[in-house]
Amino acid sequence: MEFTAGHGHAGLMEESPYGIPSGKLAIWCFVLSDAVTFAAVLFAYGYLRVGSPDWSTPFSFSPSILNGIVMTFVLLTSGLTMLAAVEAAKAGRTSAGTRWLWATCALGALFAVLHLLEWRRMIEEGWRLFQNPTGGAVQFGAAFFSVTGLHLLHVVGGVVALLIMALGFPSGKYNRTDIEVTGIYWHFVDLVWMFVFPLMYLMNAK
Amino acid sequence: MSEATAHAATHQHTAPTGFFRKYVFSVDHKVIGLQYYGLGLFAVIIGMILSWLMRLHLGWSTLAIPGLEKLSPVGAPGNVMTPEYYLSLMTMHGTIMVFFVLTNVPFAGFGNYFLPIQVGAADMAFPRMNMMSFWVTLSAFLVLMAAFFVSGGPPLSGWTAYAPLSAIGQDAGPGQGLGQTLWAVSIAIFCVAQLLGALNFIATTLDLRTRGMSLARMPLSTWAWFITSVIGLMAFAVLLPACILLFLDRVAGTSFFVPSGLVVSDRLQPHTGGSPLLWQHLFWFFGHPEVYIAILPAIGIVSHILPAFMRKPMLGTRVLIGCMAAIGFLSYMVWGHHMFVSGMNPFSAILFSVPTLVITIPATIATLLWIGSVYGARLRITTASLFCLGFVSVFISGGISGFFLAQPSIDTYLHATYFVVAHFHFVMGVAAIFGMFAGTYFWMPKMIGRMMNESLGKLHFWITFVGVYCIFMPMHYLGLAGNVRRYAAFTDDFLVPLIPVHQFITIAALVTGAAQLIFLFNLVWTRFRGPKASDNPWQATSLEWSTTSPPPFDNFGGKQLVVHNEAYLYGVQGASGDYVMQTSPETVAQD
Repeated sequence: MEFTAGHGHAGLMEESPYGIPSGKLAIWCFVLSDAVTFAAVLFAYGYLRVGSPDWSTPFSFSPSILNGIVMTFVLLTSGLTMLAAVEAAKAGRTSAGTRWLWATCALGALFAVLHLLEWRRMIEEGWRLFQNPTGGAVQFGAAFFSVTGLHLLHVVGGVVALLIMALGFPSGKYNRTDIEVTGIYWHFVDLVWMFVFPLMYLMNAK
Repeated sequence: MSEATAHAATHQHTAPTGFFRKYVFSVDHKVIGLQYYGLGLFAVIIGMILSWLMRLHLGWSTLAIPGLEKLSPVGAPGNVMTPEYYLSLMTMHGTIMVFFVLTNVPFAGFGNYFLPIQVGAADMAFPRMNMMSFWVTLSAFLVLMAAFFVSGGPPLSGWTAYAPLSAIGQDAGPGQGLGQTLWAVSIAIFCVAQLLGALNFIATTLDLRTRGMSLARMPLSTWAWFITSVIGLMAFAVLLPACILLFLDRVAGTSFFVPSGLVVSDRLQPHTGGSPLLWQHLFWFFGHPEVYIAILPAIGIVSHILPAFMRKPMLGTRVLIGCMAAIGFLSYMVWGHHMFVSGMNPFSAILFSVPTLVITIPATIATLLWIGSVYGARLRITTASLFCLGFVSVFISGGISGFFLAQPSIDTYLHATYFVVAHFHFVMGVAAIFGMFAGTYFWMPKMIGRMMNESLGKLHFWITFVGVYCIFMPMHYLGLAGNVRRYAAFTDDFLVPLIPVHQFITIAALVTGAAQLIFLFNLVWTRFRGPKASDNPWQATSLEWSTTSPPPFDNFGGKQLVVHNEAYLYGVQGASGDYVMQTSPETVAQD
């Protein structure tokens, strides 16, 4: 059963034009705002890339693009498990929902670990925010680490939120709407990756 | 954060006990609104003092200002301001005023206090997040203020913080070390607070309206706050990454905004390949919607107050809503008009000039609606209504210079002159402030339960109104004469004859500034000696007047209001009195 904004005070309040609980409306607005933030950072990346005469394209298929594909697969799968968690929560199947939450959390953590391993490999090769070991534009490192770093920050935030949800859902501290709200955020993080991966990785493949 | 607890928070409020819960860490939107107002008041005093220091130096550039050396031994040796310190004071003046006064008071201050009440809610949708927004804003303010006291002092790159000056660090001048970094961190924190606030405003407006309060029946001030929060949601979302990238350029050695080969202070900067223009794009994509965030609440407040004193509704309430929405929408398309002389392709100037001229249309329609509504009405003169009329006057004065600046051909000459300074001070520094004053004189009785002194108020208005014209009108002349802005002193042959004009402006600024003491005195007098206010001293219609002055903790004493009428039923045919309140069961023919 969906909560509407006017529920519990049936007829005492105006219907919200969107008919969803305030928490969901707020997370959608947050997603809109965060999308604009990522758009700004990606705009900065594109602006610098187009304006740069010696842009690097250092990513060979193995290990970089392959790793990126695996990370994409992991994140997309976590989107599926999140969907399952939300469906289970809506159907009142608390323990199933909790298991799916844990699965999503684990996959998100795996994504973060793979990402950090990739960062470590690149740093070992000499990549920095201000340094390009291939001799090309230093903006590559700046753009790469800031864009993927901002995304990674959102992934880690999501993993923490999923952890809190997984711990609190069985006892009823959080309800199905909370799981949905977390799901909306998580799908957003996934969607951003579907822009970051092509723009940051595939476009910079050797 | 769950719907259930949000619901509980808004509908099962128990009044807090204890000093800290009631007045400091309060989740009550009214307390939070007053906290924002108080922060804004403190900030505007600092901002004004900074402007006096600037104006004194501009009129008399060798003047020794007592005490200045204590504030900054490097910036003011012998109490005489260095040019760099002038720029630092100017930067802090702009930053404090734009962010902590103009974005803060009309929106977070009055909006927090009155939006829930005007839609008939017991509180905002997310009261704890609301409290957090205030404390995050206060943190941002404290981080910014710290810049005054670090070695090197505050940054000198202007509130616009253009790269590469703002991005390269200490070599760029005093204040460009830690001061500029603190600025970037402060503004980034501020963005987060504004985003959280916007979420609250939107959710409250859409979800917590009481029965009968359809969107069309919402007062114009509520519409303004709602539209402003939608604009802010997306505008601050761009400034945040911009400040983060600036921060990285400064501390992490990146080169987002700094090109190669830059030699500053005889040192080759290590950056390569960045673009100063990128900063301008990111900043102004935020910056232009920001100025509409500053003015739209004032437009809403003035449009809300005038009907109460005209005893008739605005000529076109729905048209006004449309104008505000159009201004909000168009505000995202014009950012390049700040960059006409930046070196971008001149043809791109047309792309920005046209929407800028288009945006004058809803602004003009709104102005004509105000004038047309007041014309023929027997406007009751109170301080609040005077400030509304004053608002219309300065909005026109400031808006007209916008028509000129919108055209690249003219802007090429006027850019970075005092003509621009006149323009934005009239619309932001005066019109928006007049909106705040109007709101204060109108709503203070509701907020603290006491009437403000009308004689002091009118005196405050007249001195301020004449004063701001004396300050800012001559600046148009200065700009046309070629007086460059952001100069600490005028030594060029063609500028020296203009110094007497600057001196006149300075004296006007000091007198006008002194007149604000009348306002401050009035605030204190009202708090302790003001006559008690009734529930509805202005005989106004909207929901804030359906409750006590001040309202109880949950706004309406546990009652769930039912709204029967639109917002401005003044002087309506067939009504039993001169006005029909929104909650009155008496309905009259409404179009």
